[in-house]
Amino acid sequence: MTSPTDNAPHAPRRAATPGRSVIFRILRADGPGGAQRWEEFKVPIPAGANVISCLQWIAANPVTTSGQRTTPVAWDSGCLEEVCGACTMVINGKVRQSCSCLIDEYAPGEGDVITLEPMSKFPVVRDLWVDRSRMFHTLQRIKAWVPIDGTYDLGPGPAERPADQETRYVLSTCMTCGCCLEACPQYKLERDPENFDTAFVGAAALSQARLFNAHKTGRDLKPDRLEALMGPGGVNDCGNAQNCVQVCPKHIPLTESIAAIGRAVTIHAFARFFRG
Amino acid sequence: MSQHRVIVVGGGLAGLAAAARVAEAGLPVDLFSLVPVKRSHSVCAQGGINACNEVARQQGYSEYEHFDETIYGGDFLADQHPVLEMANMAPRIIDLLDRMGVPFNRTSEGQRDLRLFGGSLFKRTHFAGATTGQQLLYALDEQVRRGESEGKITKYEFWEFLWPVQHDGRCVGIVAQDMRTMQIRAFRADAVVMATGGCGLVFGKSTNSIICTGAAAARCYQAGVWYANPEMIQVHPTAIPGADKLRLMSESARGEGGRVWVPRKKGDSRPPHDIPEPERWYFLEEKYPAYGNIVPRDIATREIFDVCVNQGMGVDGKNQVYLDLSHMDADYLTRKLGGILEIYEKFVGEDPRHVPMKIFPAVHYSMGGLWTQYVKGSYAPAAPLPKHKSGARPPLGAEPGQGMQPGAPTNMMTNMPGLYAFGEVNFAYHGANRLGANALLSCIFDGVFCGQSVVNFVRDGAPGKAPAAGLPAGPYDQVVQGESDKVARLLSSVSKGAADPATNPYIIGMELGEEMTAACTVVRTGPRLEQCLRKIADFRQRYAAAVLADDAAWSNQALGYARAVGDMIALAEAIAKGALTRCESRGAHYRTDFPERDDARFMKTTVARCDAAGGSSLTLEPIDASLIAPTARTYGKKDDAHGKKDAPKAAMAGVS
Repeated sequence: MTSPTDNAPHAPRRAATPGRSVIFRILRADGPGGAQRWEEFKVPIPAGANVISCLQWIAANPVTTSGQRTTPVAWDSGCLEEVCGACTMVINGKVRQSCSCLIDEYAPGEGDVITLEPMSKFPVVRDLWVDRSRMFHTLQRIKAWVPIDGTYDLGPGPAERPADQETRYVLSTCMTCGCCLEACPQYKLERDPENFDTAFVGAAALSQARLFNAHKTGRDLKPDRLEALMGPGGVNDCGNAQNCVQVCPKHIPLTESIAAIGRAVTIHAFARFFRG
Repeated sequence: MSQHRVIVVGGGLAGLAAAARVAEAGLPVDLFSLVPVKRSHSVCAQGGINACNEVARQQGYSEYEHFDETIYGGDFLADQHPVLEMANMAPRIIDLLDRMGVPFNRTSEGQRDLRLFGGSLFKRTHFAGATTGQQLLYALDEQVRRGESEGKITKYEFWEFLWPVQHDGRCVGIVAQDMRTMQIRAFRADAVVMATGGCGLVFGKSTNSIICTGAAAARCYQAGVWYANPEMIQVHPTAIPGADKLRLMSESARGEGGRVWVPRKKGDSRPPHDIPEPERWYFLEEKYPAYGNIVPRDIATREIFDVCVNQGMGVDGKNQVYLDLSHMDADYLTRKLGGILEIYEKFVGEDPRHVPMKIFPAVHYSMGGLWTQYVKGSYAPAAPLPKHKSGARPPLGAEPGQGMQPGAPTNMMTNMPGLYAFGEVNFAYHGANRLGANALLSCIFDGVFCGQSVVNFVRDGAPGKAPAAGLPAGPYDQVVQGESDKVARLLSSVSKGAADPATNPYIIGMELGEEMTAACTVVRTGPRLEQCLRKIADFRQRYAAAVLADDAAWSNQALGYARAVGDMIALAEAIAKGALTRCESRGAHYRTDFPERDDARFMKTTVARCDAAGGSSLTLEPIDASLIAPTARTYGKKDDAHGKKDAPKAAMAGVS
């Protein structure tokens, strides 16, 4: 049998100092398009603390390190167990969910600093809270659903081999968090919804297209999805930086999805050309 | 185009299923949610969804046995007819989800795979890895997105429900606030479906998402909707303690073979793998030879609590026990339980494939909720039948309409006409304790089966003659004014002076959670509950003087939280009073001063009505138990003799 440390998924941690305080440097803004400013908070760290518990502490004690009374920091959160995608932000320069960001790992020593910034590829609502409605808009545009006949009792769905289920399941764990888009050099901040359909869609949507194309009933809408992904802002805008797959918290094989959609779009374009 | 509209509040499984069904019937739906619906709390459900299936059926299982298990699991507190209809419809719900593309795990032949779950000896739980709730939520989210793109459903995300609007004795809409722009406005509707989930945040830290304050239900309750069995709060046996929340470790870990144990020697500090088998105490397997680690949640929780708190036998002397999967094949575990193993790895830093997890119980689910009614179906035995013998031939088939009358307009309607409650926010299916993997079922069942009732009410009931679109503005304006005044009062408290914990809403909320967890969870006593009620009265006073730290007119989250604290206090009072009034022990409700179940006095629904001061008055209402006669709920417990037992008996095997 193996010991815990042999199997720990993380690099060995520097032992965290109990009873310490940590400095949070937070990039804040009062509203969309407003000026951003840094504020610092000194937060006492109990055992098991994560970024969420520290933001909760700040909400109850909104005083900066210089003794200035301020407002609680606004941020988006939900499940706190890295399955809803809400609390995504940029922590020490890297995009991730803040709930699974443990302070012992990031700031083990007294006075260590953690910086929090909102994602830069989405408009700020307030402080660390951003507007990701573009991602949901894109899911509509690529028809990310199975076109069933309705919710009435019409018997079982298509049978499926376990290997296919395993492929679909991983793709289907995408929580629309936006990490892959934050890390992508081709995906740009877009404030104007008018441009949503011509700016690069990014890895998440391409992977969802692959998911629904892989389902026996979902496949019926494959031509519509490929049409949406072959023009401006489609799969050809991918610059192949492969940052997306490295930051995906669900380990979704995003580059495989992009390649699969790229091939499908090429075949679809040829078929359309020869059909005339 | 119909001039009627339906409002659904809440975008979890129940709300999405309702929205899809109502929109499909041709009624436009306005869907309100605090968060983008894809981020609703249903996403946290892990283990699976129960339904009779062909493999289990050929081993002797039936929809009827699922019904019987649910009633027995709930300790005979649920009205029985709705539970029968739900169990009967369950296999058809699995088919529907399958058609929507839910990636249910498959057997080598491509059939839907099954796993064992608490309270059953048959494999009857369908699953998608260990993130079944996420996968079901996404499937329904996708169908609702399709409805949205077809113009049938309009979403109002980041909008908070504030109050129901009534006119002429029925609910005719809601008032809500956009939590980004802070705009407060009324929305008209011919029926309103509340699908707003549970109230874990009343207990501070729980397995629930940050949005599960119970505030929406509490607002309906304060507006006159009855709240039933508030005291029935499920404490899940296995969660990982954390600073911000207690993260669930699914019952499926035990269903797949996980074993719960502590060292037999108190204070044994050896690492778990250095403790040989005979020196480990598998207390659940010892006490419950038939069910072992998959006894229902309330029982497992009390046993773990007893081992740690009363006997001081917890691992490292702390309140924690081992949940051990390390004897199993690592690849098998990844395939079946990957999602939850990752959660443990990420938050604890150890791999549960190789090291036993350390877990402790946590508040998880509310069996109680808004009181709802139903119209009985056709099944009416001359006398209640004795408990079903496992594997025996069922007394009836599973045709629709035997438990509840399909489409009856009052199915899952509250006492406020036109206002429905679906999913965890109602009290209808789980009695005094919910069985694992029945929650996802009850949510979707409500949405799909009772969604039709909403449609029929709108078409054939009062709204048919007087659509909300044509009603006078007065009642709407009045509620908007009331809610705007509440907000103005809270915002006017903002002071730039020194903070005082006594009036800080975050501190009040935290202290309320600590008090409710101490007094109103695993073990309850009369004197402690009375003390709790006095403390709640204190919280109420402090809350009346609450001081906010932010008066921003844009995206003011401090306001949203502070407002919810007041509603949580109202709900907490009903929970504590319900627990004090129920002088017996039943399911999740365990009173050391009344350790026995008392059917004569308390096989009844607690119904809380809110008075003008925000306090509750309680009555006990009879339940309909005309289908199955109550029996003692023992799960074959053997008297505790610390005696050694042979290897744990495998529960009846199914596929894989």
